[in-house]
Amino acid sequence: MTGEQIIFLLVALFTLGSGFMVVTTSNLVHAALWLVATLFGVAVTYALLNAAFLAVVQVVVYIGAIAILFIFAVMLTRKDMRDQGPQMNRNWWVGALLSLLVFAGLFFLLQGWNGLSKTATDIPAGFDSISELGNALVSPNAYVLPFEVASVLLVAALVGAVYVAFNRK
Amino acid sequence: MSFWNDPLKVAADWLMGIFTGWGMPEIAAQILIGFLGVLMLISLLMVLDIFLVWVERKVVSRFQDRIGPNRVGPFGLIQPFADIIKLLIKEDTTPGGADKVVYNIAPMLSMMSVLILWAVVPLAPRIIGVDLNIGALYIIAAGAIGTLSIIMAGWSSNNKFALIGAFRQVAVMVSFEIPMLAVLLIPTIFAGSMGLNAIIEKQDIWFFFFAPLGALIFLIAAIAELGRAPFDMAEGESELVAGYNTEYSGMKFGMFYAGELLHAFTFGGFWSILFFGGYRFFGLEQVSAFLAIAVIIFKAFVGYWIIMWVKYTLMRIRIDHMLGFNWKFLTPLSFTLLMVVALMNALLAGTPILIYTSGMFLSNIVLGWIALEMARSYSRKEREKVEGMKKVVTTSRSTL
Repeated sequence: MTGEQIIFLLVALFTLGSGFMVVTTSNLVHAALWLVATLFGVAVTYALLNAAFLAVVQVVVYIGAIAILFIFAVMLTRKDMRDQGPQMNRNWWVGALLSLLVFAGLFFLLQGWNGLSKTATDIPAGFDSISELGNALVSPNAYVLPFEVASVLLVAALVGAVYVAFNRK
Repeated sequence: MSFWNDPLKVAADWLMGIFTGWGMPEIAAQILIGFLGVLMLISLLMVLDIFLVWVERKVVSRFQDRIGPNRVGPFGLIQPFADIIKLLIKEDTTPGGADKVVYNIAPMLSMMSVLILWAVVPLAPRIIGVDLNIGALYIIAAGAIGTLSIIMAGWSSNNKFALIGAFRQVAVMVSFEIPMLAVLLIPTIFAGSMGLNAIIEKQDIWFFFFAPLGALIFLIAAIAELGRAPFDMAEGESELVAGYNTEYSGMKFGMFYAGELLHAFTFGGFWSILFFGGYRFFGLEQVSAFLAIAVIIFKAFVGYWIIMWVKYTLMRIRIDHMLGFNWKFLTPLSFTLLMVVALMNALLAGTPILIYTSGMFLSNIVLGWIALEMARSYSRKEREKVEGMKKVVTTSRSTL
């Protein structure tokens, strides 16, 4: 087992363990903090894959914005921040069924995939993944259309948020 | 390669020889040397941090027409050590009902979010932790961890004041991240890379002359990120005791305090790296790596001094003004500036350096002037709405 594999296993265990804690902790703020740990584990996985840009964006967007927003929402909507309410609602069996189906589907799909036993090819020296990504995002042959559609969607969400929050006098 | 040009490489090679001489495998020796390098950098930073306490107290006392620490040692230089001994022997209290684990992790995360910034700071052409090609974004990512530490501290203290302080601070940090991110892209446009070393190497002319407005916006956003006056609503003493660190005592409070000072110094350093050429000073950095380090430390201290100057001169701004200033003024301005800079950079590409520089400089000044005029006319309208066309300013001036 190479050092890289050991690090990957440790990171994966950490990510899965904190992901498990997210759904089993009864304290909502603790769950949000465990979620931060999970997202950080994913960022480390990106870093292990030499995707430094994705790793940093993961930290900026998910930890710096989304997780903080979660914590804010929990703090501003709950009366008692240490509430120990029920963790399941009536639909628990639907959720369990769906997750089981997704797991079965993924398992079935990955059975026929040979990527698990392959080793990644080395990235050639001087390969600048950020400029490649930047070019791909604005190149008509690559992802310019999804990129623009996502931008329009975000602007629409922004306008909608302003419209909802706008206080007409 | 002599010691004076590349001291780290020479030291690492020397240690490598010793460790492998002891029969250690090469990979283990490399990891050990890496750890020793990190340990050395962090130790030096913490010692510098102790010194910063003295600098801060001495400078603030001068701004406020006092003498400052002057009893322990020459010029009060030993005073911070006395402070640290006091912090260490203080009782380490945990408030009742506090969330113990989160409460204890928060100060560590706060200090950590500052220290990890130094992993990408180029101290000299070849003295840099990692030359990440996304260095500029990394600054924002580290700031995200700082935000997290503050909300953890505020929540886990089980104290309303701490929680309100944390809310305010996080609201400010999350919103001022946006103009900072937009402005960080301006040196990226000039250098064609986000790596901090590449940004410094491109600065034959300081980027400040290409984008003075960008440098100013970065400074404002940095001060807000640091939670220093005039953006220090989070620790409004008259209403919140001390904000998110109200319940912390002893060295845990010390971690927050030292983290804040080092953070301010670090952002002084980033300001100099992004807009004032970092370790470069008329070819001095080629002479010796130690001179390069001296140059960047000096520039970081100048940036730190300006941050202190602002802090001890201006008064605290109300929270809604602060957020309104960010969302309605600074964010649109920084995005407009980014677009203008990108456009001018494309238009002026290939022109002589004199035309390029003056074109960039003038476009910045014009944009800043237009933004100020718009803000002025808006505030005049608002004032008229409130005061009903009364000329309060002119009458008060005539009575004077």
